[in-house]
Amino acid sequence: MANKIDPSWLRESAAFSRPVIREIQRAAREGIYDIRGGGAKRTVPTFDDLLFLGASVSRYPLEGYREKCDTGVTLGTRFAQKPLELSIPITIAGMSFGALSAQAKEALGRGASEVGTSTTTGDGGMTPEERGQSRYLVYQYLPSRYGMNPVDLRKADAIEVVVGQGAKPGGGGMLLGQKISDRVAGMRNLPQGIDQRSACRHPDWTGPDDLEIKILELREITDWQVPVFVKVGATRTFFDVQLAVKAGADVVVVDGMQGGTAATQDVFIEHVGIPTLPATRLAVDALKDLGMHREVQLIVSGGIRSGADVAKALALGADAVSIGTAALIAMGDNAPEYEEEYNRIGTSAGYYDDWQEGRDPTGISTQDEALGRRLDPVKAGHRLANYLRVLTLELQTLARAAGKTDVHNLEPEDMVALTVEAAAMARIPLAGTDWIPGQGGF
Amino acid sequence: MPSFDLQDAGVRELNAYLHSDGSADQAVTVEHPGGKHNVAAGAMHDTRVDIHGHVGYYCAGMNDRALVTVHGNAGPGLAENMMGGEVRVRGNASQYCGATAHGGLLVVEGDAAARCGISMKGVNIVVGGSIGHMSAFMAQSGILVVCGDAGDSLGDSIYEARIYVRGRVSGLGADCIEKELGEGHAAELGALLERAGMDPDPSGFRRYGSARQLYNFRIDNVSAY
Repeated sequence: MANKIDPSWLRESAAFSRPVIREIQRAAREGIYDIRGGGAKRTVPTFDDLLFLGASVSRYPLEGYREKCDTGVTLGTRFAQKPLELSIPITIAGMSFGALSAQAKEALGRGASEVGTSTTTGDGGMTPEERGQSRYLVYQYLPSRYGMNPVDLRKADAIEVVVGQGAKPGGGGMLLGQKISDRVAGMRNLPQGIDQRSACRHPDWTGPDDLEIKILELREITDWQVPVFVKVGATRTFFDVQLAVKAGADVVVVDGMQGGTAATQDVFIEHVGIPTLPATRLAVDALKDLGMHREVQLIVSGGIRSGADVAKALALGADAVSIGTAALIAMGDNAPEYEEEYNRIGTSAGYYDDWQEGRDPTGISTQDEALGRRLDPVKAGHRLANYLRVLTLELQTLARAAGKTDVHNLEPEDMVALTVEAAAMARIPLAGTDWIPGQGGF
Repeated sequence: MPSFDLQDAGVRELNAYLHSDGSADQAVTVEHPGGKHNVAAGAMHDTRVDIHGHVGYYCAGMNDRALVTVHGNAGPGLAENMMGGEVRVRGNASQYCGATAHGGLLVVEGDAAARCGISMKGVNIVVGGSIGHMSAFMAQSGILVVCGDAGDSLGDSIYEARIYVRGRVSGLGADCIEKELGEGHAAELGALLERAGMDPDPSGFRRYGSARQLYNFRIDNVSAY
């Protein structure tokens, strides 16, 4: 009989923690790196490290539930004849049909439309379900060009040229064969069941000078009707944003490292890119430096979860935010009622991130028809709409408390930082001081 | 016959016309393109477009149904993501011609530079001369015919596209192999050459395609990645 071990006598290594040991053992057993969905799990400085000051003797608040606090935002005012006019500054990020089921894509469209905001296609093209249920649909223009065609391009309310995403800036993608149904394969002009590589760079342009011509081509094909967004993963954000603006973008989307992916190497997700907090400040700096802040709109994404996150992003100078992972959770991802099924595939509700495998019991990140049918697009869409309403109410609550009649009037001066790191990254004073690291002589 | 002189008119004016219903079944001439970009981008009707001179980037990009002829040379991205119709260049084409194109016929009577037919998705491309390196990279479907030579890494990571080359191939890319030229292939090639207005004997070509060894990730193939 084994001796009983007193856990208090065991000392876990900081360098070789139990998760690290498990990963080494898994790598040795399987001979391949870990691929998963979602965004960075490591602790990074976030909007949680900022606080709003609220009103005081020197600031006059607005009455909650009574006095108006506008949330509308117009995206693409620079060149497009038909800018995107949204009721709330929270949009749905690009997620592909292929990574997600048709039901999930439809639900995203339904939820976004219910509250007057936009959703975005993703790699793999535009589905009729998504277009049909999306009042405002942004069509992504990706390196793979899967499903890309001028007919759908002209149906879009905006075009988003994807240069990179926060989970894997500089990386492509791989939709594994088990998620390649006949329909997905048909939309991508590839055989059923094979791994489908999404290239890491565009096939017909390199660099910002080419990008300018590419954007002009897209404008020509769509007769200058709709805005052209440029999406970048957060890395050299200041320069990337400036180059995107100089290339002619109407809107720049900056996706921080907490932004999710359907399938990427864990080492990529955790070790490439910068967090959304410093990326937001860098992007605003870049726009102000060019005199284009508010002329070219800024959308930030990556780890947005609450109305507080939205409010802080806007206070730093963003025009809108985009959500992906949170939208999936709102629709039902990681729902506890599927706990037994999560257990059967080796995980638990709240931890499931193997979106690449296609075995999602909730019917969201799958192409299995039986699983997909579990997701009711109407109900899931309504849950998403509810969540978006909550984010908006929270955003308005914080804006009113700071005395703002429009959520876009929030400003850095309304906030303080809780940590030295966040103060330095956001260029917001550390709470209780007037100190911003790197400024004021020390 | 509608005519656009790009010394006076803008590319935008030309493209707007080609997108209008009024351009259907019309023959349009374009003079003095002067290397301008995006000439005849997104043409969507049965329109014949003759461009007299050289064009810049993305000429006939996303062409859907038009018959576009460039009486000169073409810059990068000629007929990128073309869906249908026909695009012909009397001279040479720069890099990425026919990139991601889904359908139609692209003919380059001269040479085509690097990455010809990159990620092609169903288009048929016939090149009278030679092509540069990394052509047909990740080519998914469709046919690439090269009457001259092909540069390095031809057909790297190719999927189901078929390649026919008459001259020398500098090197094949990952998972691309030479395959037997059967009677069906020769007939397919001959018909395509005829459509393109070229007369080499199909039996003088070699056929290349995917070995299909990299279609699903296997750690045993790690040296190929």
